[in-house]
Amino acid sequence: MTAVSDRRQLAYIAAQAADARVNVELEAEGMTLNIGPQHPATHGTLRIVARLDGEQVIEADPIMGYMHRGYEKLAEVRTYPQVTTLINRIDWLGSFANEVPFILAAEQLMDIEAPPRAQHIRTILFEMARIANLTLFLGDMGVQLGAVTPVFYAFRDREHILNQIEAATGGRFHPNFDRIGGLKDDLPAGWVAETKESLGHITKFCNLMDDLLIGNEIFEARTRGIGVVPADVALSYGLSGANVRASGVDWDLRRDNPVGLAYDKVDWKVWTHPDGDSFARYWVRLQEVRESVKIVEQLLDTIPSGPIMAKVPRIIKVPEGEAYVETENPLGVMGYYVVSKGGLNPFRVKIRSASFSNMSITPWLLKGTYVPDVITILASLYFILGDIDR
Amino acid sequence: MTALFATDFFWETWPWWADTIFRLIFAIVAVLLPAGATVYLYLFKMVSFMQSRLGPMEAGPYGSMQLLAEVGKNLQKEDIFPARADRTVFAMAPYVVLLSTFLLAVVIPFGPEATFIDLDTGVYFALAVSSVSVIGILMAGWASASKYSLLGGLRAAGQLIAYELPLILAVVGVVIQAGTLNLQDIVTAQNQQEIFGWGAIGNPFILTQMLGFIIFLIAVQAELTQVPFDMPIAESELVSGYMTEYSGFRFLMFFIAEFATANIFAFLGATLFLGGWSVPPFLTDLLGIAWDSPIMNLVGPFVMLTKMLLLTFIFYWVRFTYPRFREDQLQKFAWKVLIPLSLMNIAITAVFKVVF
Repeated sequence: MTAVSDRRQLAYIAAQAADARVNVELEAEGMTLNIGPQHPATHGTLRIVARLDGEQVIEADPIMGYMHRGYEKLAEVRTYPQVTTLINRIDWLGSFANEVPFILAAEQLMDIEAPPRAQHIRTILFEMARIANLTLFLGDMGVQLGAVTPVFYAFRDREHILNQIEAATGGRFHPNFDRIGGLKDDLPAGWVAETKESLGHITKFCNLMDDLLIGNEIFEARTRGIGVVPADVALSYGLSGANVRASGVDWDLRRDNPVGLAYDKVDWKVWTHPDGDSFARYWVRLQEVRESVKIVEQLLDTIPSGPIMAKVPRIIKVPEGEAYVETENPLGVMGYYVVSKGGLNPFRVKIRSASFSNMSITPWLLKGTYVPDVITILASLYFILGDIDR
Repeated sequence: MTALFATDFFWETWPWWADTIFRLIFAIVAVLLPAGATVYLYLFKMVSFMQSRLGPMEAGPYGSMQLLAEVGKNLQKEDIFPARADRTVFAMAPYVVLLSTFLLAVVIPFGPEATFIDLDTGVYFALAVSSVSVIGILMAGWASASKYSLLGGLRAAGQLIAYELPLILAVVGVVIQAGTLNLQDIVTAQNQQEIFGWGAIGNPFILTQMLGFIIFLIAVQAELTQVPFDMPIAESELVSGYMTEYSGFRFLMFFIAEFATANIFAFLGATLFLGGWSVPPFLTDLLGIAWDSPIMNLVGPFVMLTKMLLLTFIFYWVRFTYPRFREDQLQKFAWKVLIPLSLMNIAITAVFKVVF
């Protein structure tokens, strides 16, 4: 764990002071404000019940489950290949990334390993899903703070990546491309060159966001020191992904535990930020997109030849056993705990989705903040509603 | 026909109400036509190009009839009153806001004789009535019986009061330099004064009052509750604030008031800082007419329209570029930066006025 910087410590003390102040004023008559379930800042149907004193939040309580679809239960009545169509809809902005950990868990149970070419292409698509997901975050943060223009650039440039995902998998949003033992298809001809070109748009977009938002005084004033999460608090609430890296914890499963993916073959860097505030979370994600572009560019140059599918029986029966695989998804750590009783369908699937754990810190984090900061903090924690209510 | 206008008979039989109707129609045209123009040009088209999209393209050639479609859409909608709303106040609020817009337009001169009223205290009147809209916004926020509206209304009240002061103080510099509160005389002063003995372009006060002009623009942006000062309507936080509960015709009134007020403030800014309805004197010299010849009554409105479009361009450019401040940051900015700067501006202007 890295040392706590001065600014973070000060902000932490300020937050503690706000906490204490709130406790004194708890008796005061407040106003209860329902943020959501239909509110533009909750990108979906998250509901936050905030007790206000003026514009200060005394108490905030996230209420989830308005969009619960019961995927864990539904997975029990589907065969293994069918499950991927379901779990595509968990984090709907980076769909391919949802399939990978489940498929890896199933492969682990069946003791199959995908051929190197399939692993390689899996990693490429995984990173492209991350780019597609985080690009939208980079623009959307502007909208939450009142700058409407960046999100249009995000939509524009993300489209290039989505086009490439569509060209390779046939699905713009929900590829459903990963199979136990490999991938559905090989890459189409000319795809590598086109993808390299589309990555150029993303690099330009990152530089644009550097100018438009990172370099903007108002953006800094609105995000610096807002929603400070110290490293130990972040870990104890089970935060993961960029949220925890923005608090200075150097933890990335892509580097630390690259199961079945080709991350060890490329040269890249895990970015952390010592501050732990909303600005740090935005900054870390911006660097992450840049790193993803670097990863994909290197992987595109070194795709090995060979089959894309291992030898897999026509009807997939998974032997009895349990497996838990987690990967570093765009929103944080996503894991699947799969229990098999040897049948066609999983006996039990437990999905550990990143946003659900990330949201658990909101009652602690929102205490003592102001209403505009609630929006900043929610936006910078970055959740996708499908990832909260599965 | 011209002979008819020239006869005493015509003016004696010109009924008293004809003049009133003429002024009324002109006032409505002066407020609504520029509002429509800026909404189409900037809100629909310029912003679309900024955001790499086309904007409305279907209604009329190049989407130019889109505004009529929007008005028609809003007129058809149901007029909804929230269950616990204070109905009278709720219904009146949009009219109060719109009233402030029309009152503001009353003192703007569009030509040597083309004025609605030529008040001796024009600047004072304009800045005073511009605050009437705060009452309307507070009424809307309170009467809606919605928590979001209430937060928005209170934010608006706090913000508009804070930014009234820099707005007034920024204009004081102009008043000192012109030596009058009459808007018509301020235009005259900008044409007849000289900058260091060089009078080809007159003395538009933007050159000598640059600081005042910038503070004026910032304060107007806050007064209009546009980004970066749009906390009262903050779409991503308060879901349009005090306008949340309004629909149909009443929402349309708020919409018109918002954009028409932007234009009127731009008219005011053009009058105070850009020379108003007049063109630079060297142009009129070239044509061999006096700078205030009667023909300017016809040309003046178009000159004003051009200058207004220039200023509103800046408003919308900023509006769609910046993120928004937080409420406390906005207050700090007003009281700690803008007001000291504008006081400094007044002091410097006063010293120069006495020395030269």
